[in-house]
Amino acid sequence: MSTPVVLYEQEYEQLKRVITRLCADANAKFVFLVDKNGQQIAAHGEMLNLDTTSLASLTAGNVAATDGLAHLIGERGFPVLSHEGEKDNLHISIVAARVILVVIFDERSSLGLVRLRVKRATGEMNSIFELIDAKIDRERDMGVALDSPFAEITEEDIDALFN
Amino acid sequence: MTFINYASREINCKIVYYGPGLGGKTTNLQYIYDSTAAQAKGKLISLATETDRTLFFDFLPLDLGTVRGFKTRFHLYTVPGQVFYDASRKLILKGVDGMVFVADSQRERMDANIESLFNLELNLKQHGYDLMKVPYVLQLNKRDLPNVVSAADLTAELRRKGEPVFEGVANRGIGVFDTLKAVAKQVLLELRKNGGG
Repeated sequence: MSTPVVLYEQEYEQLKRVITRLCADANAKFVFLVDKNGQQIAAHGEMLNLDTTSLASLTAGNVAATDGLAHLIGERGFPVLSHEGEKDNLHISIVAARVILVVIFDERSSLGLVRLRVKRATGEMNSIFELIDAKIDRERDMGVALDSPFAEITEEDIDALFN
Repeated sequence: MTFINYASREINCKIVYYGPGLGGKTTNLQYIYDSTAAQAKGKLISLATETDRTLFFDFLPLDLGTVRGFKTRFHLYTVPGQVFYDASRKLILKGVDGMVFVADSQRERMDANIESLFNLELNLKQHGYDLMKVPYVLQLNKRDLPNVVSAADLTAELRRKGEPVFEGVANRGIGVFDTLKAVAKQVLLELRKNGGG
């Protein structure tokens, strides 16, 4: 099995700062980051009652399906997707090859502005993800076990979840 | 691939229900959705055709509670069972933490079960997984129908590695939570083995 993806508080706060600023700079309604498997990483915005779990899963499905289409026609992928609605629009792009950045915006912004701001934010986030990878590699090389909450999980703990 | 978020103290795992078309994968998720308290579940999303056949996937996020201070969330997915949706099936397996194979117990679906299981092994391999190492449970569904193969024969034919086997009647909920619990348990124990990193 593949090793789990880990996100620490410090890097989470850095990512959160980047998407908060992106949301403001791009005049967007909502910005969120989701990994390619559909797990939400961070979100910021004004849309109340938005079902971000479903949004994350469907975004990942959308990107996976589009990647599949790209491969069929001999492309490596389509790194930017854009969906235009009557009021709201979606801008979807790939960060650090494994994370999906989604920007929801309306007529207060424009596709051009969003693309411009996303480009800058993507550079910053790429650096943060490089730091996360380096941190995990370093700890692994040093033989430091990550502080896992599951290292001592018991069968009773698991049974309790279902009771 | 399990996602451990230390900032929000959450752990997310992905479980995929696999099996031949019309075998009861969506019914498993529907039953879990119907019998889970509102605060413990998200929306059940079904990307289905007009005739309710799964087109891409069904998705159900489920909060199981807290383990050692971490909110434990399982994302349950089904794949489309029909043979010609193989490209979609492959995509959904990406990042999987645990698998459930929902077999159709009816005699005439035996070949479909075997074909689907073979397809599962092949598709997992293409993602770099080995079925022998992935947390895995076999469910023998539709046990209430008259034309079923005996559970012993089905098990002999479909069991791959001594995985837990449950008899089920998914539309009445029989075996549904036993199956989910067995695969969730294996996923969490796998995390313990890997030490979370």
